[in-house]
This record gives sequence, structure tokens and C-alpha cells, in this order.
Amino acid sequence: MKSNLWKSVKITLAFCVFLGVAYVSVLWLFGQAFSPNRGNAEVVMLHGKVVGAANVGQTFTQDIYFWSRPSAVDYNGGGSGGSNKGPSNPEYLAEVEARIDTFLLKHPYLERSEVPSEMVTASGSGLDPDISPEAAYVQTKRVADARGVSEKTVRSIAEEQIQKPLLGLFGPYRVNVLKLNVALDERLSK
Amino acid sequence: MNSEILGTVLQIALMVGLSYPLGRYIAKVYKGEKNGFDFMAPVERWFYKFCGIDPQEEMGWKKFLIVLLTLNLFWFFWGMVLLVFQGHLPLNPDGNPGQSPDLAFNTCISFMVNCNLQHYSGESGLSYFTQLFVIMLFQFVTAATGMAAFAGMLKGMAGKTTRNLGNFWVYLVKSVTRILMPLSLLVGFILILQGTPMGFDGKMELTTLEGAEQSISQGPTAAVVPIKQLGTNGGGYFGVNSSHPLENPTFLTNIVECWSILILPMAMVFALGFYLKRKKLAYSIFGVMLFAYLAGVVTSTYFEMNGNPEIDRVGIAQQYGSMEGKETRLGSAATALWGMTTTVTSNGSVNGMHDSTMPLSGMMQMLNMQINCWFGGVGVGFMNYYTFIIIAVFISGLMVGRTPEFLGKKVEAREMKIAVIVALLHPFVILVGTALASWLAARNPELAGAWLNNPSFHGLSEMLYEYTSAAANNGSGFEGLADNTPFWNISTGFVLILSRYLPIVGQIAIVGLLASKKYIPESAGTLKTDTATFAFMTFAVIVIIAALAFFPALTLGPIAEYLSF
Repeated sequence: MKSNLWKSVKITLAFCVFLGVAYVSVLWLFGQAFSPNRGNAEVVMLHGKVVGAANVGQTFTQDIYFWSRPSAVDYNGGGSGGSNKGPSNPEYLAEVEARIDTFLLKHPYLERSEVPSEMVTASGSGLDPDISPEAAYVQTKRVADARGVSEKTVRSIAEEQIQKPLLGLFGPYRVNVLKLNVALDERLSK
Repeated sequence: MNSEILGTVLQIALMVGLSYPLGRYIAKVYKGEKNGFDFMAPVERWFYKFCGIDPQEEMGWKKFLIVLLTLNLFWFFWGMVLLVFQGHLPLNPDGNPGQSPDLAFNTCISFMVNCNLQHYSGESGLSYFTQLFVIMLFQFVTAATGMAAFAGMLKGMAGKTTRNLGNFWVYLVKSVTRILMPLSLLVGFILILQGTPMGFDGKMELTTLEGAEQSISQGPTAAVVPIKQLGTNGGGYFGVNSSHPLENPTFLTNIVECWSILILPMAMVFALGFYLKRKKLAYSIFGVMLFAYLAGVVTSTYFEMNGNPEIDRVGIAQQYGSMEGKETRLGSAATALWGMTTTVTSNGSVNGMHDSTMPLSGMMQMLNMQINCWFGGVGVGFMNYYTFIIIAVFISGLMVGRTPEFLGKKVEAREMKIAVIVALLHPFVILVGTALASWLAARNPELAGAWLNNPSFHGLSEMLYEYTSAAANNGSGFEGLADNTPFWNISTGFVLILSRYLPIVGQIAIVGLLASKKYIPESAGTLKTDTATFAFMTFAVIVIIAALAFFPALTLGPIAEYLSF
């Protein structure tokens, strides 16, 4: 028993060296050399200034921007979280109903049946950086009106920002909201 | 075809296809045959020398278990001390405080038993030091513990008449140096290229496009994520696990991470076939497990992609399925697939919120964990299946009037008693725990209000899921449950310990007892255990013992919720 305990202590320390130091160092060096931002979260720039992390969503409320999905944690990058509401929870369904009303108020040109469900439901992480192409298209008219440009211009910028499935075959189509809004600002700012 | 469904098909093909060669390799590692990683031998010798281990020492099943349990006991103290005092230790740029003793008790046990019931959130509940030297370390070594137990079991099953299960330390070290670490490095490289952070800076502070302040947690994420998947531990670096866009940034990382959950449990079944030179037995076991897994995948994918009927009723477009608690870049099909993959194994990582999945998806998630042997955790998954094989051998032996034998060894009363106790322990702890919690919640509405995030049937599901997950050493949760309270921390902590160690002890004991018996060569009177008939028999035993015990509870939870739509 005693010798086993002593071996347990030693082997734990040996694993600390092998994994906690050696394995971690290899990955860290690899990250310094090849990761998009030297081991830190990848950032998006506008006019030489960091305006966000590429993979972490943020809140948009102004009419000149495309909006992100609702978030249970208000896009708090330091404390991710989902709503964890069950599908039949009456309180939750009332919340969705309220979000639909708000969305329709801001997009009066839409039919109720055109509101994409992801724009009124919260993501799992509360930090979802993407929306579906359809969820972008329903917002183009509002953004175009607010910016005083044609809907066609905004729509073509949105189409350029669509990210295709992996190898064109696997997984969903998506649009990164922050990158789309940065592209708008770059292309349409006076 | 729909690109989301194609993604699922690709994913399953990659798992099944690569598990076969990996299984052959694992068998070689544990047999000590020549293999491609022999260049690790000097590192392993350093381990043995430093720790004073004699790699040639043979261990009987009792010695094997004593070593395993002593090592685990030490890990418990190691984890407790570091978690409680992490506030005073280095590598803590965000200044996170130490964990409270009851939370540290739960966290420590949870990771010690290779589970990941996390009653804290990684961003604020751990420092970089404890992420690496408690969480990541445990994710490696406790997975290796399960694999070592499996290797000992193989050795015991292969021998004609033997008391030797091999050397626990050697299995433990080799599992890390030759299987877990190389695969983790590979996965880690892919994650880093795709944008998962791997640094030691604190939170990133920035101003958003609209001028708000945002601070973003990061750190050595890419070191933890590969092993949390491969070791079937599942403990997320961030609070929301792999639904976090830094932990799982793209559809490609999702494929790699989801693949990592099931690849070793699948490979272990083939490893058994190669090791024992009984490939047919391995195929029949693999067939049963794959069938059960796919049945869950089809069910859950159907319900998730079809969307929430209550949302359909409000009359909006729901073309991408039920998106509450899911991520756009992954989609509802990939989340359904992950939900099944993480629950057939004892992984417990998530890429979407299970609490918000459709009722019957939630039921399949629970059922997978309640059965707990479709592939299962690395090593221990097959060991659970083995328990049911023993029972099935005995029952079919009685049915057709043949002596109950498995691999040339007679199964007698003592082994049967152990197998039945192990099999019944699982429903016992889950149902008693849930009954206790719901009795407390029903008598005390304030408590129910504080614990549960959802009313009615779904509230019961939250509690049932929590004990199921603890007993299966899974660790995923219906996270709406406010579980960081002394009641939940301590009660699930005990469930975790019971359900990890009693089965391992029982199963190793059965193997040890059988191994020391006289070998009886196969004859015409032997019950064949590698046929489709026997595979079906085992499946039936599992359904009757494991699944039906939970049927009443599932009826009150997810089934009732489904019917209320």
C-alpha cells in the first residue's frame, strides 16, 4: 500500500512533466507559429482598429447593421451560456412571441411566415457569430434604407459574405455577422 | 442531398472506417508487439525508472485493483488541494478565486472518475493552472485508467488458465504515450489552425463595432479540447463546452471533435477482436452497438431537423430545424448527432444545449446513458457490455440447456451474482436519486423554483437527466438545473464514485475469477457466443434489464412532454 502510494505520487508528477509541460509546450509553439493570431482569438479589423473577435458574436442594435441572433448572456465573451429553456416552456414561448413582434416592428415589410426562427431563438453559447443566409436577406431592406443605398448593393455584399459548407458539401451555409457589417462599413462609408 | 445530412454521413463513415485500423494498433500496443510508436520506449523507461516501477511485474486481479484504487485516491487529494487554492497559484491572469469545498469535492470526483459534471463555468471557475494540472491531467490519466483496466481484462480473457492480468502501470503509461497523447497532438494542431486559442494571455478586451466594451475569455484551450474528446471525459474548457465558438470554431473542427469522441470506444471493440483473435465476436458486438447508436441518431436527427412544433404553431419560418440552444455554423443535424455520440459514450461534451432539444431527443440521450454500454467510455464501455454478456450467457445457457460458458470458462453463481449487482446498481442509484430530489422539490415549491429552469414534465426530466448523467459518468446536463448547491454537489458526487468504482471492481473481479478457472475447449455442446443469435440475445437482455427499468420515469418526463404538444 505504502509503496503504491509513493509510486502514485511520482507517476502523477511524471505525467505533469510529460503532459502539463512537454505536450502543452509543443501545442503552444505550434500556435505561436501557425495560429491566426499567435495563440489568441482571431480578430477583425476596420480602418486599422480591432473591432471584434472573428469567432465571437457581438450585439448589433443600429439599423445600419445586420443583427445577430438573440443571446441568453447578451454576448458576454467572459461568460458563455444558453437559455436552457425547454421546448414546451410557456414562459419561453411568450419570450419568442415578444421577439417576433419586435422583429416585425423593425422589419414592417416582412410577413410573419418569413421571420427565420434563428433570429428569435437564442444560440447554445450565447456567442453565435453567424446567421443563416436567409436571416441576412430578410434584413437587407432595413439596412439599405438606413444607409440610403439600394437594396441590391447591400444584398450583393451579403452574398459575397456567405461561407459555403465544408468542401461545398458538408454542413450548413452561414454568414459571419461581424465580418458582413465590417464589409458594409468599408464599402459604403462616405 | 441536404448538406447537413451529408455532414452526418461523412462523420459516421470516418468513425467506423478509421476505428478498424486503430483497433488493430491498440491490440498491438497492449500485447507488447512491435508497432509504429516504439520510439516512445525511452520515454516509457524514464517513467518506470523515475517511479520505481518494475515493468515485468505480474499482477493478479486483486493487486491490479489495489494499485488502480490507490492511484485514484491520491488523485482525489491532488485535485482537491489545487482547486481550493487555485486563487493563490500561478497562471491565473483573470484572478479567479478558489472553489468552495463542496464544489471542489464535486469537481474533483467528477474528473477523477473521468466524468465531467461541471457545476462551475470554465471562464470564471478555474485558472489556467488548474485547467492544465487538474482538468487536462485528469482527462489524460483517468481515461488511461479505464484503458488500462480494459487491457488487463483482455489479458485475463486471452489466457487459458492464468492469474496474471499484466502490469497496471505499464498499461497506464503506454495508453498515454502511444495512444492518447499522439492523437491529442494531431487534433490539437487542427484546432489551432482553425482558430481555437492556445496562449496564456488573460481575457481579450476590445471595443465592438457599435462601441460597446466586450471582454473575451481565452487561454490554453487547444490543449484541453482534444483530450476531453478523445478520453471520453467531455469537460469543456468554456462553460458551454463545444458550442462555444472558440472551443469549436468551424464545421471542420466539429467533425474532428465529434470523431474524437467515438473513435477510441469503437476501436476498443476491434482491439478486442484482434487481441483475442476472435474477430467474429468483435464484429457481432460492434454490430449491436452500431445498430443501437444509429437508431438514436436517426430519431434525434429527425426531431431536431423537423423543429419545435410549438414554434411552428406561432407561424414563423423554421427551415433549419429547432435552433434554440444551437449554433448556426453547426446546424441542427450536427447537434443531434453529437448529442447521441456524447451519450452512447461516457463523454458528456455538448455542442448545443440538451435542455432545449426536443423531448424525444432528450429521451434518447437519457436512454443511451441509462443503458451505458453502446460503445461507452474508453475501456470501461466494453466492460459494461461484458457484464451483460455474462448475464446473457447464463440466461441462454438455461434456455437451451447448455453449460453457460464464455471463451472457454464456465460462468457460475459467484460471477453471476457480481454481474447482476453491477447491472442493477445503475438503475438503482439513478431512480433513487431522482425520486429523492423530486420528493424534495414537490414538497417544497421554493426549492423547485430555485433548482429548475423549466416547469412540469421538463422539470422532472432535468433532475432525471442529472442523476442519469452522474451514474453513467457522462457529465452532460440539462443545464437549466441550478446544480451548484451543496445538495446537488454532494449527492451527485456520491453517485459518481459508486458508479465508477463498483462496476470496475466487479468486472475486473469477474475476469480474474474466470481467468483462474480451468479452460474447457470448445465442443459441440458449447454455446456459441459469436453468432447473430447470441448478439440479439445480448441486445434483448440489455433492453429488458437496462432500458425497461427506466420506462416509467421516462414516461413521466420526456414522453409526457412529447404527448403534450
